[in-house]
Amino acid sequence: MSLAVWSLTKRELVRFVRQRSRAIGAFLQPVIFWVLFGTGLSGSFRMPGTEGGLSYAEFFLPGIAAMIVMFTSIFSAISVIQDRNEGFLQGVLVSPVSRTSIVLGKLCGGTLLAVLQGLLFLGLAAALQFTGLVPRMDWNLSVTGLIGTIAFLMLMGFGLCGLGYIFAWRLDSIQGFHAIMSVLLFPMWLLSGAFFPAAGSGWLKWIIAVNPLTYGVAGLRRVMASDAASVAQLPSMGTCIAVSVAFAVVCVAIDVSMTRKYRI
Amino acid sequence: MSDPALVVEGVSFRYGDRQALNRVTFEVQPGEIFGLLGPNGGGKTTLFRILSTTLPVQEGKASLAGLDVASSPDAVRRIIGVTFQSPSIDPKLTVGENLTYQGHLYGLKGGTLKHRTKELLKRLGLSDRRSDIAEKLSGGLKRRVEIAKSLLHEPRILLLDEPSTGLDPGARHDLWRYLSQLRDESGVTVMVTTHLMEEAERCDRLGLLSKGELVALGTPDDLRSSVGGDCITVQPAVPESDLATRIRERFNVEVQEVDGAVRVEREQGHELVRDLVAAFPNDVKSVAFGKPTLEDVFIRKTGHRFWDEETSDEK
Repeated sequence: MSLAVWSLTKRELVRFVRQRSRAIGAFLQPVIFWVLFGTGLSGSFRMPGTEGGLSYAEFFLPGIAAMIVMFTSIFSAISVIQDRNEGFLQGVLVSPVSRTSIVLGKLCGGTLLAVLQGLLFLGLAAALQFTGLVPRMDWNLSVTGLIGTIAFLMLMGFGLCGLGYIFAWRLDSIQGFHAIMSVLLFPMWLLSGAFFPAAGSGWLKWIIAVNPLTYGVAGLRRVMASDAASVAQLPSMGTCIAVSVAFAVVCVAIDVSMTRKYRI
Repeated sequence: MSDPALVVEGVSFRYGDRQALNRVTFEVQPGEIFGLLGPNGGGKTTLFRILSTTLPVQEGKASLAGLDVASSPDAVRRIIGVTFQSPSIDPKLTVGENLTYQGHLYGLKGGTLKHRTKELLKRLGLSDRRSDIAEKLSGGLKRRVEIAKSLLHEPRILLLDEPSTGLDPGARHDLWRYLSQLRDESGVTVMVTTHLMEEAERCDRLGLLSKGELVALGTPDDLRSSVGGDCITVQPAVPESDLATRIRERFNVEVQEVDGAVRVEREQGHELVRDLVAAFPNDVKSVAFGKPTLEDVFIRKTGHRFWDEETSDEK
């Protein structure tokens, strides 16, 4: 089973490398967002509960990392549609490989790509602050902080790949997927505490609270923060991990069950 | 005789209201090349999908090497090699990479996989294409990669759906030579669907599938001799004429009307041709005379031409 998962994961990576243009949309757009919003909103942003120490660019940084992970994961999941249209999928489905391995291969490949690009962005951001394009930042660069960051990016990526797979499995065209992307997935990111603090009032607060991505972004903020005060209002680390794991497990379970039932 | 390699027993399948297969029953013996011949829309691909475990069995029973498709699909998947009508190779991977992941899906690895890959590439004349990206290959080469892929795990039964789609005559000839070689050297049982008469001629045994029903079963020779000695097809000079009735009355023979032409099957048909032209010199536009072909068998069993069905029925 693990051999098949590894082989299918490797295939995702190889395909990605051979279609480099795919990377540009999912990676460059968030970087541009970050620089523009970080600069544009720097004057008007003040983090609730802190005394002005946190710049918007710094606040937005984990949010953009989450966005990159989301876009890359979702774009990887779209390739299920391509696999079906190109015929690759039918060949895999008539092989004796377990349906769980088929799902895991796709998800592991997508997650790896997502985490690599997330980390690439963080490295780029760290370099950019010395150019003066964005303000100086102060985030947790200890070994545990870094491992925590990678772990949270992975957890988020895996859950989001699983979510993307659910949609991609049911759709027969990439165009349909784009519609879901703009009406569902983009707002999901917007309302996760990635773009603005999850301290809104009334209904907005509730939406943010039931959005599983909120807990991924909050967990990422917690592991990246160097100052405990700036993350004091976020859900606890335990809650973040529990919700993110549960979300990934539910998505994978749905993926596997759909794949089992699928007929060409 | 040993146990059959493939058993289809009373299999029916419906897509909503449309009956794609209607109680189809046949057996294939080990080491046989069995052809399912029929027009597109006849139900071949549906049956192919049921046997390759990609469609559920709705009614009836199907088993391969004694393994039931419905109750043990995983065991069936292990012993079959499948070549789809549409491609299933990854176009972005090289030929070698395609075979490697395929091997991994079947649990092959290391030296065994390397050895099998090398051997198959050689047998299919693909050795120098190993590092080529699959999408850059010609149609014929792509097909060969498909075949190599389906043979990698040494299946006992090979299922092919319209394998010569997109192949030029030379490549088609190679493909069939290779299938015969597989049967002779490795004892592989082959089930192939086709809508091409000349391919059907190369099968050991044939099933004729029309509108979801198996209308005839036998070797190509048996099927041909089930039609009378000679086939005579008369094109009337005036369309919609009563020529068929007049021929029937005059010569006291059984006639069939197909697409406005009149068909007669008859021993010593050449005499009838002579008499027919003499009797109706002005009513006959042309007369075709010949030994029966598989197409004649099809017309005889269904009452219409092979290609008529395709235009009236999707898929």
